[in-house]
Amino acid sequence: MSDREWLLTEQPASRRQARLGQAYRRWLALRRNGLALVGLGIVVALILVAIFAPLLAPYDPIAGGDLRLDRLLPPSWAHPFGTDDLARDIFSRVIYGSRLTLMVVILVALIATPIGLLVGTTAGYLGGWVDVVLMRITDIFLAFPRLVLALAFVAALGPGIENAILAIAVTSWPPYARLARAETLTVRDSDFISAIRLQGASSARILWGHVTPLCLSSVIVRVTLDMAGIILTAAGLGFLGLGAQPPLPEWGAMIAGGRRFIIDQWWVSTMPGVAIFVVSLGFNLLGDGLRDVLDPKARK
Amino acid sequence: MTGLPLRSRWRDSAISSISWKIISLLVTVAVTFLGLLFITFMISRLIPVDPVLAAVGDRASKSTYDKMYLEMGLDKPLWQQFLLYVQSILSGNLGNSFLSKRPVVEDLRRAFPATLELATVSIIIGTVLGIPLGILSAVKSGKLVDQVVRVVGLIGYSVPIFWLGLVGLLVFYARLGWVEGPGRIDISYEYSVSPSTGLLLLDSAMQGQWDAFRNVFSHIILPASLLGYYSLAYISRMTRSFMLTELGQEYITTARVKGVPEWRIIWVHALRNAAVPLVTVVALSYASLLEGSVLTETVFSWPGLGQYLTNSLQVADMNAVLGGTLLIGAIFVCLNLLSDLLYNLLDPRVRRRVALR
Repeated sequence: MSDREWLLTEQPASRRQARLGQAYRRWLALRRNGLALVGLGIVVALILVAIFAPLLAPYDPIAGGDLRLDRLLPPSWAHPFGTDDLARDIFSRVIYGSRLTLMVVILVALIATPIGLLVGTTAGYLGGWVDVVLMRITDIFLAFPRLVLALAFVAALGPGIENAILAIAVTSWPPYARLARAETLTVRDSDFISAIRLQGASSARILWGHVTPLCLSSVIVRVTLDMAGIILTAAGLGFLGLGAQPPLPEWGAMIAGGRRFIIDQWWVSTMPGVAIFVVSLGFNLLGDGLRDVLDPKARK
Repeated sequence: MTGLPLRSRWRDSAISSISWKIISLLVTVAVTFLGLLFITFMISRLIPVDPVLAAVGDRASKSTYDKMYLEMGLDKPLWQQFLLYVQSILSGNLGNSFLSKRPVVEDLRRAFPATLELATVSIIIGTVLGIPLGILSAVKSGKLVDQVVRVVGLIGYSVPIFWLGLVGLLVFYARLGWVEGPGRIDISYEYSVSPSTGLLLLDSAMQGQWDAFRNVFSHIILPASLLGYYSLAYISRMTRSFMLTELGQEYITTARVKGVPEWRIIWVHALRNAAVPLVTVVALSYASLLEGSVLTETVFSWPGLGQYLTNSLQVADMNAVLGGTLLIGAIFVCLNLLSDLLYNLLDPRVRRRVALR
């Protein structure tokens, strides 16, 4: 029996075989979707570029070249994306910027997902007035336009990439809470939860040990779908001067830095913008494909 | 169970369910507004700026400072401060702007028409193009056209709007010269149009200033197209999915069997049913244009709410920032409510229930 047959068998002999088989089938479904594969490729490329940035970047991202000779050079073989007004190589800055982008995405996901899960599962499992209060709070956060709320938070906390990450996280958890609540409602009254409860498990134990793991996969898909939005918000904050501060090579801040030269030295602003566009397109394509694979309802 | 005739008992319950719905809707909106106020209040407490010092200036004497401290109610517990804050906002006082030295409310009143005009032109562009594109890609589902529309939409989702604005200015203003540059109107026309509504397209047209109208149009078309593209992406995607649902229904098959022409099935039978949720979508994307406008206005020096907000942010003018945030949040909540109401009004199943009252 080949590996492929073992994976695709109709009668899996173990839990592990069934789980791997399902994962393999999903991968096959994802592979049929060309656009999703392009997205996956872009995301993998982003991660690789971020990891190997020091090897890939030909110049230092912060220290510039000779200010008399290397300022605002157009794209050439020596400087594929040109140089900026401080004689720094834009290509190297874009490469190092991928680290910041990846960091923002990961940290926002790591902060926002647990908050959303905690609020959503608690509201869904306990019900009653806890549910009403928590969901009302969630709705209030949803009622604010995200970027504007993040702006107000950063204005209060002070500009900087850490505060930008916090502000974005604070504004991104509500959809996850809603989703986690909906998922919790579907499992709350099932027999296995009753069985655990009858064994005397506390609410906290049931929530974290048994309900949350079941909500996790759909919330993770949702977070993946949101990543493009997170990247765009972070870039927007950077553009307004509220995110990463100079000389950090954040893409949004780089666009803002090149704004003054947009007419004559177009490459300074254009190149980081292309990077933002490609990366968020990658996340969007991948998220779209993942949703088709994981949510059979949406496929129809 | 009781002696009441069945019909009237049913009617009673229908009335109570509708009034219950309205009451719960109003309570929701009130609570949401309170929540908005609470968030802005907490943000204003978070800032490391001493509010008293900001009000009296750093050369004020100790006694002036203490007087102001008491006047601002900072000695009271936090919840009382919050009540004072709500009270002052409800009486239309958002404080003074540190930058313009005017009341924030007045500044917002000045900036709002510019944003309203930009968002309205954008939503018109997004709807007029987005709905037909969505219908087209639903009808040709899976074909090349569908893929193209889908990719065009995904690009709209992925592109940073401020960057697109800069590139747009570079190409269409600086290189091709097809449109006017940043700002709402050229300075030479600025005083020939007397402001009545604040919407320059409307004002100049009503006063018959066609040169000025052309100038204003040439200024607004680029930012509005970019924002419109943004909402087009969302509207066309939703239209496609609503139309696909409708086109799969049995009444469509019935109509086809009866020999109704295909264009009539699409544009009359299916679209009419898809239109109900679409109204919600359009209202929601109108609201999200407010968000997009913050970045777009910065790029185009558009003197609206977004630019006001970002300019105030640069100098940490917190009254102005929170005032602007509150206004945008309030508009957002109102548009959400409106879309909810419209949905209930337009859906014949809900309407019939109301009519039976």
